[in-house]
Amino acid sequence: MGFAKYLAKRAVTMFGVLMATLLVTVALVGANMDAILKQSVAIDVRTAMINNKPLVESFKNHPEELEKYIQNQIKQEIISLGIDQPWYTPSRLGLAMYKILTLNFGHAKFLTSDTGSSDVKDIILEKLPRTILLFTTATVIVSILGIFLGAIAASKVNSKIDKITSAFAVISSSFPVWWVGLLMIFAFAFIYPIFPARATPTVPVTDPGYFVSLLYHMTLPLITIVLIGFGSWSYIVRNFLIGILQEDFITAKRAAGIDKRKILYSHALKNAAPPIITVLAFGLSGSLGGSIITEAVFDWPGMGRLYYEAITVLDLPVIIGETYVLTAFFLVSIFLADILYGYFDPRVRRQ
Amino acid sequence: MSFSKKEIWKEFSRNNIGLAGIGIIFALFGLSILAFLTIPVETFREWNDPASWLSYPKSALPVWTNYFLPQKVPEHLILLPFTSIQKSSDITAFTNLFFVDYQYDSFPSDFIYQYDAKYTGSPLVTISVTRPDGMELELISTSLPSSTTESKFTGMIFSTDDSIKKNLKNSSDRFSFSFDTISSGDIVFSKPDQNRILKGHYIFKVTIYDVGGNISLDQSRFILGGKVYGLMGTDDLRRDLAVGLLWGTPLALFIGITVSIVSVILGLVYGVFAGFKGKITDEAMMRFNDIIWAMPVLPLLIILAVTVGNSIFLIVGFLVIFGWVGIAKVSRSMALQIKTLQYVEASKLMGQKDFKIIFKHILPQLLPYAFASIAISVPAAITAEAGLSFLGLGDPTFPTWGQILHDASSYGAATRGLWWWIVPPGVMIAITGLAFVFIGHAMDTIVNPKLRR
Repeated sequence: MGFAKYLAKRAVTMFGVLMATLLVTVALVGANMDAILKQSVAIDVRTAMINNKPLVESFKNHPEELEKYIQNQIKQEIISLGIDQPWYTPSRLGLAMYKILTLNFGHAKFLTSDTGSSDVKDIILEKLPRTILLFTTATVIVSILGIFLGAIAASKVNSKIDKITSAFAVISSSFPVWWVGLLMIFAFAFIYPIFPARATPTVPVTDPGYFVSLLYHMTLPLITIVLIGFGSWSYIVRNFLIGILQEDFITAKRAAGIDKRKILYSHALKNAAPPIITVLAFGLSGSLGGSIITEAVFDWPGMGRLYYEAITVLDLPVIIGETYVLTAFFLVSIFLADILYGYFDPRVRRQ
Repeated sequence: MSFSKKEIWKEFSRNNIGLAGIGIIFALFGLSILAFLTIPVETFREWNDPASWLSYPKSALPVWTNYFLPQKVPEHLILLPFTSIQKSSDITAFTNLFFVDYQYDSFPSDFIYQYDAKYTGSPLVTISVTRPDGMELELISTSLPSSTTESKFTGMIFSTDDSIKKNLKNSSDRFSFSFDTISSGDIVFSKPDQNRILKGHYIFKVTIYDVGGNISLDQSRFILGGKVYGLMGTDDLRRDLAVGLLWGTPLALFIGITVSIVSVILGLVYGVFAGFKGKITDEAMMRFNDIIWAMPVLPLLIILAVTVGNSIFLIVGFLVIFGWVGIAKVSRSMALQIKTLQYVEASKLMGQKDFKIIFKHILPQLLPYAFASIAISVPAAITAEAGLSFLGLGDPTFPTWGQILHDASSYGAATRGLWWWIVPPGVMIAITGLAFVFIGHAMDTIVNPKLRR
């Protein structure tokens, strides 16, 4: 099987996952969605009728006739929009999926973007860069720290530094990130007020100093994510490296007298790269999902907090749009990991 | 690949970390039993009912903080009475005496008299206090709410009551400072020459007079509001955090263990079946597995909790839905190896049925791995439930640790410095998770020869 075929197969699976996730989401919120849609149609039609002065005038002596007329109009509008049928009819389901695929999420019911737009696409596009900023920065720092520490630990198995790294890894990964976030807020916003407790910048978006303020507000969440992440990450790198360092080719290189450090950083690390990349991709995508809680704790104005807000007010178009974007990101990172895996591990390509 | 039970235990007992994990889990089970024995189930049912926590102080520190503070902060005291009854012709007088040796360095935040009484008419209540310096102060003289039928009343008399202040003003000439801006509680516990705390023995005397004699006093308490309470303190809603933390233990263990056992069993059977059958069945089952595996778990969990429901059993079910996939993958690849072993081939040739081969010859080989993965997947389940509860999507009727942290966060405990509301639940989550990680780690080194060295 060629690498292209392998990738194609993975791509098809990913698309299947995307569709399945959307289907589950639409199925779960569909009934609620319909009720809300119908209500908003009814309200729209009624206000249009009441504002239509000559029409109201013509029904002046028969208020119950007017009511009947409005009800009729609402019914027709619902039929013309196609929402008289339940959400699970194939045509409606197809249309809904098509709309989501083309990023047409409709309008939010309650939430708006900072600039006041209620278009779900605008809201998401506004929050997305902030989440990417926070979590990509965190992931980059975590992976650099982790690979470095992991390599040191692997080169000195059972040394003090190895034991400390391993212990730190196990302990830090048992604490929920959001709980450590609460502690960090307590320590650095209450006891030593260095950083703000809420990560939402106080200056308006249009202000030129906004970006600087954003970075300042980002510090506390960033430190927290890095603190919790790098321990377990270096532990993973260490375990992969130990496995590689036992292989025969490393022993051969040692016998040939190649510098120990060179063996570790260029030969061993390169061979440990494929599994490390896979784990990294999963870590990144996993932290995107976890961003919902982390951002809620720090009040970081990104995708995660938006999701949390949308859930609390049950803003369904936002929920669906967010689920789509989060899933898409999740899958793209897994897919990228697949490609890189093939790049680093020729066995996958030639399978 | 095969291990006998004895061998495993021998290996395990040499692993200190694993033994530590077992120790912690025994301690947690001990705490759970303690919770069942000491705290009646009704108490935790009342967790979310503010009325049942009225007699507790608001956001009080744990009592032991007093050892570290230079000044002794008043403890929240709930005094029980010495009751005596006097009857003369048609008047019954109940006297409740409350004794307290007050040795703290600041005033109590308030005092409350609480009673459960059954009566007709409207009995008269008088409260007075005898102070360490011998001074006697009349606090209040009032009648209980009148009732025509014999009925039970639960009532409270607060120190903030205006008539207490008025009564105290009658003896203002005995104090050399102005009463205007000072609360009644601060006057009662004050030195006469300046508004400083007067330490010593106080006796509060509550007398209820009833004409007709149809009164019975079930329970009465005198509460001196303090700033420290119990082993774990209280939260903003006056709830005793020790109760919540203790009850959180069995709940977390239940969630973690149920989710992991069910998902491991499901994953094992699914994976082994797919691996054993092979061909189209394997391909189809593994594609389905891939789909579930790549789904974003937390967003879907949230949507499920919002739309389907958030009872604790449903949440366990949701966690299982996403929990079995990883185990299915690994057990499939293990089954692929075992399948080619000669004894499996032999039993196949002998015409044994598929499910018998799976359950008799393949699954038992995977048991050590299964135990290791049960232990390893417990913390994830506990953290996931805590995360859901933290977002306010957990089962509100059960005080899980995540639930306590959710309340803490929504009352801004971190920014207000209420550390005793934040630290213990998180530490409990971490300790429970660590215990299972330790055991899983120890099992892993036995099962996985690559890690042995």
